[in-house]
Amino acid sequence: MNLFNVIKEIEKIDPEFNDKLNPRRAAIKNITRFGSKVALAAVPFALGTMLKRAYAADTTTPAVIDVLNFALVLEHLESSFYNLSTGNGTVIPPNISSYFNTIRDDENRHVLFLQAAITTLGGTPITSPKFDFTGGNGSFTGPFADVFTNYNTFLKLALAFEDTGVRAYKGQASNLLSNQDILTSVLSIHAVEARHASAIRQILKISPWITSTTALGNDTGISQFDGNYQGEENTIQGAFDVTKLPGLTGSTTDIGIATAAFDEPLTMDQVQNLIKIFIAP
Amino acid sequence: MKTYPKENIPGVIMPRRSFLRHAGVGAVSAGLLATAACHKGNQIMVRPNKIDIGKGDLSILNYAYALEQIEAAFYTQLIQTPYTDITTDERALFTTIRDQEILHREFFKAALGLNAIPDLVFDFSTIDFTTRSNVLFAAKSFEDIGVLAYVGSGHYVQNKDYLTITAKITSVEARHAALLSNMIVPGTFNAGDQVDGNGLNKFLGIPDVLYLVNSYLKTKVAAVYYDYQV
Repeated sequence: MNLFNVIKEIEKIDPEFNDKLNPRRAAIKNITRFGSKVALAAVPFALGTMLKRAYAADTTTPAVIDVLNFALVLEHLESSFYNLSTGNGTVIPPNISSYFNTIRDDENRHVLFLQAAITTLGGTPITSPKFDFTGGNGSFTGPFADVFTNYNTFLKLALAFEDTGVRAYKGQASNLLSNQDILTSVLSIHAVEARHASAIRQILKISPWITSTTALGNDTGISQFDGNYQGEENTIQGAFDVTKLPGLTGSTTDIGIATAAFDEPLTMDQVQNLIKIFIAP
Repeated sequence: MKTYPKENIPGVIMPRRSFLRHAGVGAVSAGLLATAACHKGNQIMVRPNKIDIGKGDLSILNYAYALEQIEAAFYTQLIQTPYTDITTDERALFTTIRDQEILHREFFKAALGLNAIPDLVFDFSTIDFTTRSNVLFAAKSFEDIGVLAYVGSGHYVQNKDYLTITAKITSVEARHAALLSNMIVPGTFNAGDQVDGNGLNKFLGIPDVLYLVNSYLKTKVAAVYYDYQV
């Protein structure tokens, strides 16, 4: 599959393809302007199949509201996690508390933002599930029973949640092509989750990025989170194995660099499976 | 539909619309044509002093390619002429970041192939590489601009796979940015200079980003389709 020929092929036939497909917008004013920016009727009939390839407007793409509600569950999880941990006054050392207070504030704002976005789009924001941060699926006696008393356990869960959040948002970006404003907002939240992940990694004194080599890049050291990092070892980007691209001097690139330079997405199903143990039925 | 003024582009004099048609795929520039001419060996090579990213998905990939070229060059310079009190840990971190940025650059170069803009010529003369605080500030600026640019340009991308790949890089740049922020002032990884009151990373449009980075370039990058000329 040569990903990078698609638009080229289309533009050979219709140089104005992108103008038709993507009317430029002057500015992002608010999130209320939604709906298809794609004037399908304006696209010549002959372009139909290529349009499908380029735009991937297939029926399996989840609705924007469904994507936002999926994200909202993740934000409820994170905000609840940090509200509990910063609120109990014991698990986080005082000299680090400002880090997690600001992360908590970001996550709470993400909840409010997504709720507002969903409502604006005419949807109903999903209510927060009841969480079991012991990982006990509602038993509250799971493997992380000391999550709010043991700083190390807390940090590892925080790391897993943030790295997984980055992957979850990344996996949904391409499902939001029909709404440019929402896409920009989701990319913005995605970047903030990456900032959080980086900061937590710095607190843990590990590299801010996820490096996979022959071993999986699961830096939590907790095997239950292997799935959260599965796929980060990928080195194929588009049509290229990036380990075969040149570095500063050599003609190839170290696998550690190659895997860390690209964060990998997770699908909605994958994420829902991964967070299942933290949700009480 | 937007109309473009007739204008002169170095090496190519024709109406903009016509120029785009001739170039075909958006990733167009006088530089590209000049390079091609050079390869034929029958014309004098003139290094372009400006290029244009064109339009369409390839323009966004070339935009990213330009930014990654700058970042890679910056960190290459940083490691070549490190500030005097650089620690072993800092050197290791910056070396890794350099190699990640080089790979981003090489990825876009390979992916764009013949559609890639030429190698840019840099001008880091305003950056004092001898002083840690200046280097960290510059590094943070480049990383922040990278995140602002990727977040602000994703909505132009039409192809799902391109969008996912640029998002894969966006979060890595955000990881870099957060590291640099914390190295300068601990705890500023998500501060208000980059994250807004809704907890969203800020973003910048293509003209704003190019305006900022062109001050570090001898080869000026334009984006006429996005209303930015140099």
